[in-house]
Amino acid sequence: MGIGHSISARVKWLMMPFSRHFCRPKKLHQRGILGMNKRNHSYIGRYNDRSKYPLVDDKLKTKFIAQRAGATVPELIGVIRSQVHVPEIHQMVSDWGGFVIKPAQGSGGKGILVITHHKDGRYFKASGAELNQQDVERHITNTLAGLFSLGGKNDVAVVENLIEFNDNFVDFSYEGVPDIRVIVFQGYPIMAMMRCSTASSDGKANLHQGAVGVGLDIATGKAVRAVQHNQPISHHPDTRRALNTLVIPDWQQLLLLAASAWEMTGLGYIGADMVLDKTKGPMVLELNARPGLAIQTANGCGLLPRLQKVEALKAQGAAHATAEERVAWCLQAFAT
Amino acid sequence: MINRLPFYLFVAALVVIGLALSLYRHSVYGVPWLPGESRAQWEVEARIAFDATGDPVKASMAAPNSQQGFILINESTSSQGYGVALQENEGKRSAQWAIRSAEGKQLIYYKARFLVDPDAEYTIYPPRIPTPHVFEELRQTAAQALLSEAFKQSAGNLTLTREIIRQLNDPKNQNAALLLNSINREDAIVSLLSMRKIPARIVASLKLEDGRRRQVIRPMVQVWDANKLRWQLFNPISGAEGKPSNLLIWSHDYHSLLDVVGGRQSAISFSMIAQDISPQQATREKIEAEDLLNFSIHSLPVEEQAMFKTIMLIPVGALLVVFLRIIVGLKTSGTFMPVLIAVAFVQTQLLTGIIGFLLIVGTGLMIRSYLSRLNLLLVARISAVIIAVILIISVFTVIAYRIGLLEGLSITFFPMIILSWTIERMSILWEEEGAKEVFIQGGGSLLTAILVYLAMTSELVRHLTFNFVGLQLMILALILMLGNYTGYRLSELRRFKPLADR
Repeated sequence: MGIGHSISARVKWLMMPFSRHFCRPKKLHQRGILGMNKRNHSYIGRYNDRSKYPLVDDKLKTKFIAQRAGATVPELIGVIRSQVHVPEIHQMVSDWGGFVIKPAQGSGGKGILVITHHKDGRYFKASGAELNQQDVERHITNTLAGLFSLGGKNDVAVVENLIEFNDNFVDFSYEGVPDIRVIVFQGYPIMAMMRCSTASSDGKANLHQGAVGVGLDIATGKAVRAVQHNQPISHHPDTRRALNTLVIPDWQQLLLLAASAWEMTGLGYIGADMVLDKTKGPMVLELNARPGLAIQTANGCGLLPRLQKVEALKAQGAAHATAEERVAWCLQAFAT
Repeated sequence: MINRLPFYLFVAALVVIGLALSLYRHSVYGVPWLPGESRAQWEVEARIAFDATGDPVKASMAAPNSQQGFILINESTSSQGYGVALQENEGKRSAQWAIRSAEGKQLIYYKARFLVDPDAEYTIYPPRIPTPHVFEELRQTAAQALLSEAFKQSAGNLTLTREIIRQLNDPKNQNAALLLNSINREDAIVSLLSMRKIPARIVASLKLEDGRRRQVIRPMVQVWDANKLRWQLFNPISGAEGKPSNLLIWSHDYHSLLDVVGGRQSAISFSMIAQDISPQQATREKIEAEDLLNFSIHSLPVEEQAMFKTIMLIPVGALLVVFLRIIVGLKTSGTFMPVLIAVAFVQTQLLTGIIGFLLIVGTGLMIRSYLSRLNLLLVARISAVIIAVILIISVFTVIAYRIGLLEGLSITFFPMIILSWTIERMSILWEEEGAKEVFIQGGGSLLTAILVYLAMTSELVRHLTFNFVGLQLMILALILMLGNYTGYRLSELRRFKPLADR
């Protein structure tokens, strides 16, 4: 007994530096945290048909199918498909205030250039950094060559109107449009967060680049928790705005739009990236067939219980035919 | 849900077959599970290549014999249509091939098998007293001067040899410089010794290194030890005395190693491989070649076997990568790039490898950051990076050679195209995610490469993967199982710790 005790004490002591940085897998399991392997194997691998990936991997295609389904999307200014057309960009955007250049097949937010305003061949990013015509052309050249695209394939550059984001979000995001990521599982919006860019994320909305993630209550669209670099925070680091005051307007409409992505693509496990435009309301920005796991940290809870709840619902044979029914079910089932 | 039963049956079948094959190799062929303390057996293959002119061809190669440390067990040759004869004459053995007419590229293989035995018995033929060599006038004086200087500081045959080599190695010795101007070092030593009527000869030696291909013969000097009545080996360059245990003497006459009549551009190269087969087994090994159940690659020519010795290590590297990514969650740049880097490390040795890798990638990143300002198309830019990498490698090789770092020469083993892509990818990563991510992924790749290198160079792993092909099936089964792992990665235990503690 005494010996056993001292051994376990010794083991505990030896494990000290380990347990300071790592947690027990059992604990994560209890909290229903979805891990990368499980996501890849049990959800993406099982519910996402590979032949449908091109629909979401190519943002131009996503845009078209979303439009066809009646969803609002950011206005398309033009598409640059080959090197000879690159200099036409200046002519193309001359009548537009701000615009965004993105690779049609980019991944992880790579290669997205946001120009808030331009004048006489001088272009300005949200940060105020100035680009000249050559810089913009080089960015498009890189895009066409496939620098930002999956597998380095040749790509096309999509030029879109810059979204004028809703005044409710002023100060929630620093130098960049905040977007709302909704995980949609078999048509059910099961978890959501808003991603607010910060100075350290350079206007980008990716959490691993330093953006702030604000977990959203599925029932109400109100903030539940906010994190940056995996750690809880209460105020936006740059604007000092209290993050718990965040409420998304048009919440149900936004969830409906996200839920309809299931009908649009046929993909079972996707991340729908939405934005709220000042005048046009919720819009589908892009869809992601391999959405990240950071949304769990932002919400402070795991995806697994919710995924399993939907799986159980499906197994019972209860089918909600329309997006409205599904959203209504989610508003109840996932209220926090 | 899909029925997983066939999958698990398949995996189980792989394990069972793999296990059975390994057990069969162990029990029937007596291959030990663990590598022996010393190599039990060496298989050395000579590959003779030449262009035949259409006339009768006669090729003669000096053949090795039992010697200090090695016993010749058997030998075989493989040559299409040639008549073969093995001859022995006063300890001088030779293999001779002949054909009435041949045309085009010809290949002849000769394979010999040696048992490592420190107490090997072999016959020593005492030498005749040599006739003194006479140099031309000017050099004769230099030779005599050098010799008398060396003679003064020596007490016998062996010490004289040692002294001669030391003088030849002295860069300030003008007599030595004059001699070495016209003849090889080893010839000079033997000629000088003959002037004192000391028997000495140049032998053809082969350094035995497991899994080496395309090796060449190196000349060594043997001097007759009149006291002990045996030959003593000298390295003509370093002056090192005695026969290292991994040195095989192929022939006692360096200059008549290969002689081809009726062919042009003849060349000979050697491949070798070590096997851990118990000596008892070695004698009844001949059945092996005819045995159909012997799935092993050991019936292939030695050169191919040596190649497989490396190829069979790749699955181990792949398994490690799978483990590090799925279980640990290590980020690397390029999935299997670390395995290729590890293969390069095996050639360069670890430390030189790491330094070389860091130098190339570091310099490459600097050059690439300039290229990124030039606004080039992607394919052109990568090609420019490839050329830059080649230039970096050549510059570093030359510098290493100039400052006498011979290890630096092995930097050329790095796979250049892969390195260029690594540089390109890391450079983009740097621009987009910052230096931190580059260090995380670069460090992850390097760490993976080092771990794979350690596994690949482990004597045990090399022994097991090469001798037990069944093990490959078990590795495959393990990788398939890992492909089903849906638990947390080690990195996620850290990433989600704030969530667990809430």
